[in-house]
Amino acid sequence: MLDLIVIGGGPAGLAAACSAHEHGLKNILIIERGAELGGILNQCIHNGFGLHIFKEELTGPEYAARFIEKLKGTGISVMTNTMVLKITPEKQVHIVNPSQGYRILHAKALLLAMGCRERTRGALCIPGERPAGILTAGAAQRYVNIEGFLPGKRVVILGSGDIGLIMARRMTLEGAKVLACVEIMPYSSGLNRNIVQCLRDFDIPLYLSHTVTDIKGRRRLERVIISKVDKELKAIPGTEIEFECDTLLLSVGLIPENELSAEAGIEIDWKTNGLIVYDNMETSVPGIFAAGNVVHVHDLADFVTEESMRAGACAAEYVQNGERAGETVKTVKGFGIGSLVPHKIRKEASKGKIEFYFRVNESFKNRSVIIESNNFTLARFKRKVMVPGEMERVTLDRACIPESGEITVKIENEDGGNEND
Amino acid sequence: MTELICIVCPMGCRLSIDDSMNVTGNSCKRGEAYGRQEVIDPKRIITSTVRIEGSAFRRCPVKTDRPIQKHLVFEAMKLLDGVKLVSPVNAGDFALKNILKTEVNFVVTKSM
Repeated sequence: MLDLIVIGGGPAGLAAACSAHEHGLKNILIIERGAELGGILNQCIHNGFGLHIFKEELTGPEYAARFIEKLKGTGISVMTNTMVLKITPEKQVHIVNPSQGYRILHAKALLLAMGCRERTRGALCIPGERPAGILTAGAAQRYVNIEGFLPGKRVVILGSGDIGLIMARRMTLEGAKVLACVEIMPYSSGLNRNIVQCLRDFDIPLYLSHTVTDIKGRRRLERVIISKVDKELKAIPGTEIEFECDTLLLSVGLIPENELSAEAGIEIDWKTNGLIVYDNMETSVPGIFAAGNVVHVHDLADFVTEESMRAGACAAEYVQNGERAGETVKTVKGFGIGSLVPHKIRKEASKGKIEFYFRVNESFKNRSVIIESNNFTLARFKRKVMVPGEMERVTLDRACIPESGEITVKIENEDGGNEND
Repeated sequence: MTELICIVCPMGCRLSIDDSMNVTGNSCKRGEAYGRQEVIDPKRIITSTVRIEGSAFRRCPVKTDRPIQKHLVFEAMKLLDGVKLVSPVNAGDFALKNILKTEVNFVVTKSM
């Protein structure tokens, strides 16, 4: 029997496997669906990776190579071109690949690192005709950077997430004309640096509070119509702008890829499709851990790496010492909090600090983050700016955690106070 | 006074650069250097791909080993159309040396 099977060979799986090995596990297997390790990093040829972890600026393939190199000499096995069909709470993994056919593997612990996938046109219900030329930004990125095809020449991008911004620059450099980047919210969900170096550098207009309201084209996309939206995000008649284009790229959010987890009965947060995890990144099924975008969508690969190293260490601890008991404290999203990880904390489960990761659901300036329990403030953290596009992190000493009950993370009220103070 | 958003790292600090080239609003030294450079002579790293033969994939990713002047970006991109690599290549190998006589080089970013 294997010690640990890691499902997914992207940044999360690679870091988790390396970390589990460093913490004493010997028999580790990484299962990867693609032809090579690295996952989506292989198509992210732009730079900006590694500033936190390696203190230097790397491209996606270079960042992946750091971990792939690290695997050498560890004895960690890798299966590529291998699809996981099913996992069970007993930690069986059903796989299929061209060389071995169908097999069932068994491990003492599993670590889920399947990442996420992009929302598509279908998820947005954009009205209009259904011509060719409408694809997700990530699909376009694969066409351009790996397959060597330019998917279009006149491009509109819907959504200002980082992948969309990066593709605006990439398509422009390859000779396409990017006419507009259209964002339904009054703010961009991408990093500021990407607005500057991907849009402004090339004079690509960013239409905030606008969305695509019609799509025209018989076989290939011919025109996209955008409209301004009101506060309820409803299109305002009379504000239409028409773009003649052959391509519409969608960068409208990512969904954790949890079909395998759902089938195994692992608890999922149905609002984000992310896994529900304890502070040690263990899911609702003992011995099944998770890390990276399968839990919650991160802004940076570096943060995925950090979280996955922690998850790998905790998985190693589980294999060596068994399940840790302890009272469970639930975490609750208070005012201003859109998503929050971890969902549950076991106070006695380990030492040190607990890291809370959250996103706000609207923009805030000069507000504090408050962690409270039973109307008692446990900690307060000042923040100059918080925006939904950027994940925030606060840490709390374990000694502060109550024995049971709930912990609420929230943003302070406008008057700077806390109604419970 | 020039106001800029720093692109050195994902923090995106808001920089102000006054007429005597003093940078404020930065959180690190790299940001200070960027702010000054951006006002004097903006430069960018270019990342792109080139053709490769003998590999499982058709494109090999490359980057400039140093930032290149912004106004040269499209000209530098054009030069990549003429580059064809043959597998095996290693990350760090030169794909194209001395781009437009700038002494900046395109280097391979993935061994393939």
